Amino acid sequence: MPETAEAATAAQPFANERPVTPEVVREHNLNELEYERIVAMLGRTPTLTELGVFSALWSEHCSYKHSKPILKQFPTEGPQVVQGPGENAGVLRLPDGWAVAFKVESHNHPSAVEPYQGAATGVGGILRDVFTMGARPVAVLNSLRFGPLDVPRNRYLFAGVVRGVGDYGNCVGVPTLGGEVGFAEGYTGNPLVNAMCVGLLREKDLIRARAEGVSNVLLVVGARTGRDGIHGASFASEELSEKSEARRPQVQVGDPFTEKLLLEASLELITSGMIVAIQDMGAAGLTSSSAEMAARGGVGVEIDTSLVPTREEGMTPYEILLSESQERMLVVAEPARVGAIKAICEKWELTATPIGHITDDGIFRVKHAGLVVAAIPGQRLVEDCPIYEPDARESDDVRRLRDASPPASPIEPREALERLLDAPNIASKRWVYEQYDSTVQASTLLGPGGDAGVIRVPGTEFGLAMTIDCNARLLALDPYEGGKAAVAEAARNIACTGARPLGITDCLNFGNPEKPEVFFQFREACRGISEACVAFETPVTGGNVSFYNESPTGAVYPTPTIGMVGLLDHADRRVPSHFASAGDTLVVLGATRGVLGGSAYWAELLDFVGGAPAPVDLSAEHALQELLVAAARDRLLQSAHDCAEGGLAVAIAEAAIGGPYAAGSLGATLDLRAYTEGLDVTALLFGEDGARAVVSCRPDALDRLKTLAARVRVPAFVAGEVGEAGGPLSIRVGTTALEWDTAALRRIYYDAIPRRMRGDADRS
Amino acid sequence: MQRVAIIRFPGSNCDEDALRAAARAGTDAYYVWHRDTDLKGADVVVIPGGFSYGDYLRAGAIARFSPALSAVQRHAAEGGPVLGICNGFQILCEAHLLPGALMRNAGLSFVSKPVDVTVENTRTAFTAGYAPGTRLRLPVAHGDGRFVADPETLARLEGEGLVVLRYARAEDANPNGSMHDIAGISNPEGNVVGIMPHPERAAEPALGSEDGAPFFTAMAVPAPTGTAATSTAGTP
Repeated sequence: MPETAEAATAAQPFANERPVTPEVVREHNLNELEYERIVAMLGRTPTLTELGVFSALWSEHCSYKHSKPILKQFPTEGPQVVQGPGENAGVLRLPDGWAVAFKVESHNHPSAVEPYQGAATGVGGILRDVFTMGARPVAVLNSLRFGPLDVPRNRYLFAGVVRGVGDYGNCVGVPTLGGEVGFAEGYTGNPLVNAMCVGLLREKDLIRARAEGVSNVLLVVGARTGRDGIHGASFASEELSEKSEARRPQVQVGDPFTEKLLLEASLELITSGMIVAIQDMGAAGLTSSSAEMAARGGVGVEIDTSLVPTREEGMTPYEILLSESQERMLVVAEPARVGAIKAICEKWELTATPIGHITDDGIFRVKHAGLVVAAIPGQRLVEDCPIYEPDARESDDVRRLRDASPPASPIEPREALERLLDAPNIASKRWVYEQYDSTVQASTLLGPGGDAGVIRVPGTEFGLAMTIDCNARLLALDPYEGGKAAVAEAARNIACTGARPLGITDCLNFGNPEKPEVFFQFREACRGISEACVAFETPVTGGNVSFYNESPTGAVYPTPTIGMVGLLDHADRRVPSHFASAGDTLVVLGATRGVLGGSAYWAELLDFVGGAPAPVDLSAEHALQELLVAAARDRLLQSAHDCAEGGLAVAIAEAAIGGPYAAGSLGATLDLRAYTEGLDVTALLFGEDGARAVVSCRPDALDRLKTLAARVRVPAFVAGEVGEAGGPLSIRVGTTALEWDTAALRRIYYDAIPRRMRGDADRS
Repeated sequence: MQRVAIIRFPGSNCDEDALRAAARAGTDAYYVWHRDTDLKGADVVVIPGGFSYGDYLRAGAIARFSPALSAVQRHAAEGGPVLGICNGFQILCEAHLLPGALMRNAGLSFVSKPVDVTVENTRTAFTAGYAPGTRLRLPVAHGDGRFVADPETLARLEGEGLVVLRYARAEDANPNGSMHDIAGISNPEGNVVGIMPHPERAAEPALGSEDGAPFFTAMAVPAPTGTAATSTAGTP
């Protein structure tokens, strides 16, 4: 043990390593302020290895340097919270000693240059985040954004991402329970790939990623370390450009088979009580996993990179520390356990290799065959990155757009509904989810294609509902209301199944935060999300910030996707989205004001993204959630579907069209003349006010439903009834009687994306 | 109680589902690790779905050479019942316990959805609980499920009534381009059965369907004296 502080942080350049010059510092994406802070911290010039370590941990991706103060405002507490933000995944309490671990993460930049591997490794990473908590992954969801499908390059990215997500999750054996896919011009150069994983554990088996116990051993478990993914964390923290294509070698390559073995081995290690801590070697690989685990435990670490099993000869400590090779774990254990740990890993055809130990001097020290190549005060390495609070200013263009009206005149409602159901943003995503195994683990109660996914928990009565949502168009026009709306939509989706929303994880996808108009979006969206989470008592348990989602065509829409889980007390009382049987009574829950600002109607049909979105009434949303949960509990509902994009007309049509594997559609007859008198037909049918749902119930349950609705003050309008199989959808509204053939609507809705993927709708 | 061995390969991922369905049907179900050569007194063997050894090289190609599979070969040769589901079916074909092969889906994509199938051969160790012609809705989830065989083999399968499950023809339910819409077959003795759909995912009321349950209740019934092959038709 060195005697003096100076000796403790002495380090030497590795053989033939480049000297650290201002140019090398710039290459590492560190600015002058940051570099000065590093030199002051060390009292000397850093070695190249150290510079690499700082560049990874002080990247936006790892340090949250532009988002920390904002994220601190999120509500993170509640009686259901077992583990809030700061761990690999958040954990909420369930009945009977069970708990749910869940997290969402982005893999946008890798997917933009290499869609298949970028998306696949995104799924791999999020699975590891969940099973390192001691939870068995039981579901994955994903939220994807691309440019329009009439551009071949966008189809290539879309198809590659979907295949990558599918191949990885399918092989590991975790069902995909739901998700969302959106298309807009702004995502053309910068698609978004957000993957969410949900895992179940016994609360007593929870393990945290805190390195503890001086002289305890660090082991690398799983795949060998190669040269792939070096500087992935830094790559994720810059804008995409023409040069990004050259980053392709930095995209990691996934091996789901090894992941499956790692999953089983990790869970066996955790439940056997053999280990002290475990963390995924994700972004910034060995560097972040070791430094973060040590910092959480308030200890130092010493690693010898020459002991790490590598794929090729001659890898430098710099490369080994920054590799993002997939399917690796860092484990902390008492020295006496090493033999037993190796045996468990060997059973799963994996190696476990000791590479270092915990120290008491708080230093993050890296040796390579005895030579000290990095020695940095560990706590300060993780925590002393400068924090920025950039200027925030709303763009004048957005303010003007909010006040604008569409230049084109409305189109006839009959045609409007058909065209909305054909819009890829609204149309069925069956083309996507049929490529994902949604029934493995034999616990799927409600699969993709409805409001939210629901699984049972074998051996218990309860079920778990989950969804991921964000209507980015609303945020582009009003980030504060849009942020609230994203949480509200997720909660409505959960509540439609009969489940009570429990908590969220978020994936905050934005442009370059150093631009005031982008940081304004970020700040306001987070304010909206916070307020909604407080109102719904759904704390934020973690998530991910993805900035710099910009390409030469500009920044993406502000897209904070909200992943939410909910508890269904009785899994057998789940409520599906689609109408169930003829003669059921149709009820519209909630009030309609007919706000078309930010609507799909204007965007998809009139090519106008503008107007002010409907302000979100959080108490009305909460009341609707309560009503849906209570009605499901009392077995009053045959179906429930939330009103979102496309408004009331789309919600009714979707419920009538039927699920992806239903024999066909059901008709419906509605009379909305007395619902909102005086409202323009277009506004009534296609306005996008929140806090609404279309439900159906048996006629003899109607009175009880109305009583429940009155109790929580949710307007319940009896609109009509469900019709025969294949029957028409008839709506009387104002002075008009509208009618559609539901079988035709069903074809439009389910063929919209396949037909575009066949290239039938290309731009000429 | 009938003992049901679920063979577990690295990469199996329907092992727990199969175990649960078999146990629920009233059997004593347990795992046998791929390195084991002892089936521990199994009456019935299930090779579950998944991606054994990652399905690298070719689905089921490596599993065929595992120590456990040599034990399964002996069990089958003695007339013991063997059910291969999805990847298990692929392994049985690779191991030549069943004829034909399972190739990449015709649509070149993984397909996950419920499909309608008809039970045609009810004289196997696993389908005796169905009436011939019964229509089932079972989930499929595979990338390599297109059954192919040479014309002689197909003629023999059809002629001897060895097609166990067939994708419902009228509804265009064939999800993968399988020849003759074949979703599952048996050997002539009826003790070895391979199917692409997943009955274990539709085997209890809580999941909304019990269509697949008879595959597992059949496992709970001891074979008639002699071997499982005695009751089957067809000339070997």
